[in-house]
Parts: sequence; C-alpha cells; structure tokens
Amino acid sequence: MAKRGGIRILDGNHAAAQGAKLSRVQVIAAYPITPQSPVTERLSEFVEKGELDAQYVAVESEHSALAVCTSASTVGARTFTATSSHGLAYMHEMLHWAAGARLPVVLACVNRAIGAPWNVLNDQQDSVSQRDTGWIQIYARNNQEILDSIIQAYKIAESVYVPVMVCYDGFVLSHTEMPVNVPSQEDVDRFLPPYTPHTILDPANPRNYNLVTFANPRVNAEGVLCHGYMELRYLLQEALQNSRETIIKVGQEFGEVFGRSYSNTLWTDRLDDADTIIVAMGSLVMEATVAADTLREAGHKVGVLGLRVFRPFPKADVVKALEKSRLIVVFDKNISYGLEGATCSEIKSALYGSSLRAAIRNFIVGLGGRDVKARELVDAVNRSLASVKEGDLTREYPEWICAI
Amino acid sequence: MQDYYEVRWHGRGGQGAITAAKILAQAAYLEGYQGVTAAPSFGAERRGAPISASTRIAPQTIMVVSQIETPNVVVVLDHTLLKYDEVTSGLVKGGWLIVNSWRRPEELALPGDFSIATADASRVCSNLGLIIAGVTVVNTAILGAFVRATEAVSMASMEKAIRERLSHSQAGINLAAIAQTYEITRLGRIR
Repeated sequence: MAKRGGIRILDGNHAAAQGAKLSRVQVIAAYPITPQSPVTERLSEFVEKGELDAQYVAVESEHSALAVCTSASTVGARTFTATSSHGLAYMHEMLHWAAGARLPVVLACVNRAIGAPWNVLNDQQDSVSQRDTGWIQIYARNNQEILDSIIQAYKIAESVYVPVMVCYDGFVLSHTEMPVNVPSQEDVDRFLPPYTPHTILDPANPRNYNLVTFANPRVNAEGVLCHGYMELRYLLQEALQNSRETIIKVGQEFGEVFGRSYSNTLWTDRLDDADTIIVAMGSLVMEATVAADTLREAGHKVGVLGLRVFRPFPKADVVKALEKSRLIVVFDKNISYGLEGATCSEIKSALYGSSLRAAIRNFIVGLGGRDVKARELVDAVNRSLASVKEGDLTREYPEWICAI
Repeated sequence: MQDYYEVRWHGRGGQGAITAAKILAQAAYLEGYQGVTAAPSFGAERRGAPISASTRIAPQTIMVVSQIETPNVVVVLDHTLLKYDEVTSGLVKGGWLIVNSWRRPEELALPGDFSIATADASRVCSNLGLIIAGVTVVNTAILGAFVRATEAVSMASMEKAIRERLSHSQAGINLAAIAQTYEITRLGRIR
C-alpha cells in the first residue's frame, strides 16, 4: 500500500510539476506560455533549491525546448517539457521528430485555444491538432490524474518507445486548486525504475541516428540490410497499435502501488443500463456526470463515456462501451474545420462495421474558454433526444453551443 | 447548517482575493469537507483592476468545473466594488454578502434577499501594520468575517490552513487580523 503519501491542495500546474519531479526527470527544457508558465516556474524552483537533481535548460522557444528534450533523450536522459497552444504548434516539427526517432519524451500540454484572434483560455484545439504526430495522448479529468498520468507516462513511453503527451485543461484545471494525493518518492521509485536508454550517444563509441533514409530497404556499410523510411513508419504505427496493452498494464500496476487504478483507456459512468451516452474528454467528463445526474432525475437512462486515451484511439473499447446505446451525444472542445469535432469522427469511425445503429449528435462547446455548464449539456441531450424521435441517425454537421 | 458552499470573491488585483479563496479551500479540507476547489476568474489580472475568484466546498468530491453562477456567499474585499451589479449577481436567497466596510450592514442599503455581514478589515490591518507596497492586505482578515457569518469552518481549521500556507513570521500577524476581524464583524440577518 502507498506509504507516506499525503493530500495537498494543488492546482493542475503544480500537480504536473510534482509529477515530473517524482519521476526524477533529468533534463527539463521549456519556454513559458500562459497557462503553462507556473509548471516551468515550479520546476526551475525545484532544480534551483536542489530538490530535483536535473538540468533545467532555458531556451528561447518551444521548438528549441523540444529539440533539447529529443537530443537529451537520445543521449539517454529522462526528459520533460510542458507547453500550450501556440507553443505546441511551434513544436510541431519536433513532435514528429521525437516520435519518428522513437524517443520516450513526456510533454504536458496545458490545453489552450489558438489564435487568431488571441485567446489564452481553454479548449483542446492545440493537442487535438497534433494527433497525427505519432504521440500517445492521455487526457486528465482532474489534478490527481495529471500527477498520476505523468508518472505513468514515463513507464509507458519507456516501454513502447513512443513519446507521451499528457493533456489537461488550461485554467479549468491548471489554475484550479483541489485535493491531490502526492505520493511518496519511495513509492514512485518502486513503481518507476530509472530509464534504461535504447539510444546512447557515447564519444568512445560514435554512432549516427536518424540518417537520411531511402524509400527502399538498403544494405549499410557493415553489410546489414536496414529498414527503409516506410518500414520505420510501419513500426511506429505498430507501436501505437500495440501500446494499448502497455497503457492498461501500467495503469493497473500504478493501482497496485498507489491504490488508484488506471487499467482502462476510458472512464465509464452508469453505462450498464444507459441508452443515451454522453461522450467527452478532459475536465468536461466531470461536468458531464453532473448533467447525467440531472437527466437521470428526469427519468432518462443516461451514462457518460470519458475518453482518457485519445491516441492510440481505443476503438474496440469504445465500441464495447457504446454497445447498448441508442443515442450518443459527443461534446468536442475542438473542431476539424469543414467536418466536425475530432472525437466525434473517431467514434463514428470506430463504430463502422459494428452492429450498433445508434444515433449520433455532435456539439462543439467551450472554445476559447467559453464556460460549459452542466445545464447546457442537459439541454443539448434533451434536444438530441427529441430530434432522434424524428428518425435522423446523424446530422451533416455539428451543432454549436454558442450565441449564433 | 448547510454543507455545500459556492463562494465568490470580489476584490482588486493585489488585494489577495485569489489567495483568500485558496486558504479557505484548504481550511475547509482540514475541517473535513472532502470536496474543495479554489480558482481565480480565468484570464488576465491587473493590479488595481476588479478581479474575482471562487471557492467551492462540499462533503464529497466536486464534479462541477464550470464557473459559479449562483453563489451562496459573496465576499467583497473593496466596498467600492459594490456599485457593480455583477458583485451581487446570482447571490441566492438567504445567502451571505460579506463586505470589508466600516458601515453597518443596514447602512449599505443593498436590495436583495440575502444577509449582510460587515467588518472594517482595512482598519484592523492598518492597525496591525499588515500593509504591503502601501496597500492594506485584507484578504486574510476578511476570512474572520467569513467564519463568523457562515460558520462553515472553524477558527481552528482556519488557523491550521494559515500556518500551512504562510511562513512562520507571516502567520502570526495574519492570524491576529483574522481573530480581530472575527470579533468586530457585524451581522445583519434577513428574517
């Protein structure tokens, strides 16, 4: 059982910094941006006070921050960075690089809207826009999950050699204090062994990594047949496909040490008898349970499905969780312009080929910090229930909860 | 006594409303409430400009993450903010409006179905020398008025929270401010 852990009242950014510290990160490189800045401030304090034996590299941009992390990871260090919004967008090239180079970097993304126009508040457009970079993406519902997910992220990343992005809502979690059980260093050490690098740069044994790679497999100078670019890409996809098992196993081990189990890719609430299921991701999953309470009081059999892991997308788990539903109402804090919310598309895609014939409704909510209230979710579900009676399985485009 | 509190704080940037919101959450947790959250109003804050913050207190884990619409307690650190309608907006019937003011509750002459508590926290802080950069820091003092009016947390839990949040040298003067403000708080209950 957990030892000497203690409840503290922490905001999400402090929880993230604690998670990185307890993971004994060795190299931190980050550039401050609202609402992530306090993460970098805390970590630099930990390093400065000697509480964390790590090198804090001050950089001039997010692109450089992730370049430092990928380089340090190649050398063999456990690395951490955090960013938001434009910062994550600026990292885009290096996000591809970290995944392509199969480096177990962990990044905390404090979800924030992207301009234009300028907006520092929460939505999930930033990390959802990076879903195709080859990173595992985990979303936290509350501050406890931020801390716990960062510790788990290292174990996952260092098992499957895929970088992990832990995402949490800016301000809604990053600047909101709530009780967090901060585990003891002893317990975290028991759960998370030191990183055993699979790439080591050593002057005594010089090597090249990530060389120009041709279209077809090719024999190298030592006469060994090496993968072409496409085979390496296949292996990255295979790693993501297979990472679900690792994510669940690590989550289960975490539960055994700390008493909080994460042996799932989804959060489920009252799905057993639910014919109407609300789907959400991040802190909105919490608000959705409040909406479900209200809808149940009104006699509707409503449950909530929270997406914890967005990449790899847990297709089979989603299909199983939704199998009894007749109406699925998906709330997205992002939009793939010209189509619909990204999680709605993924869910539709997952359901293809299953026998489920549930109606699906998609609502775009909470962009640029627009508050999303449980009563608005209730209204949206009620409207959806009424429209389903007219027989429409789906709508061409999403509905928006906004003033237009 | 009720057990679910939605507290909205109004002050000016630099007065410490956000810190007060957090100290209250900590005190409530120490009191035994399992659910506590504290947050600033989201966005930019500037010294001297009106700002708000919030504290939620409940017996169980708080699942609501949206902003407070119908507080049952509103705390005002600067009485000049009372001229803005949003300060008392949504304050529920029978709730508490707690104001840092030298006036008596009835002298505030505010319309609404809520009780009013007043305390001259500014004078308490001024007398104690609780002044930073020329501003009397009333954020902790007003917690004394909060305890007196709502009885949501005990003074013992408040003291513990203060000692956890503030350095030893700071805790003494802030605890004195809380105790003195508690004593001078005037309660104007609605019938």
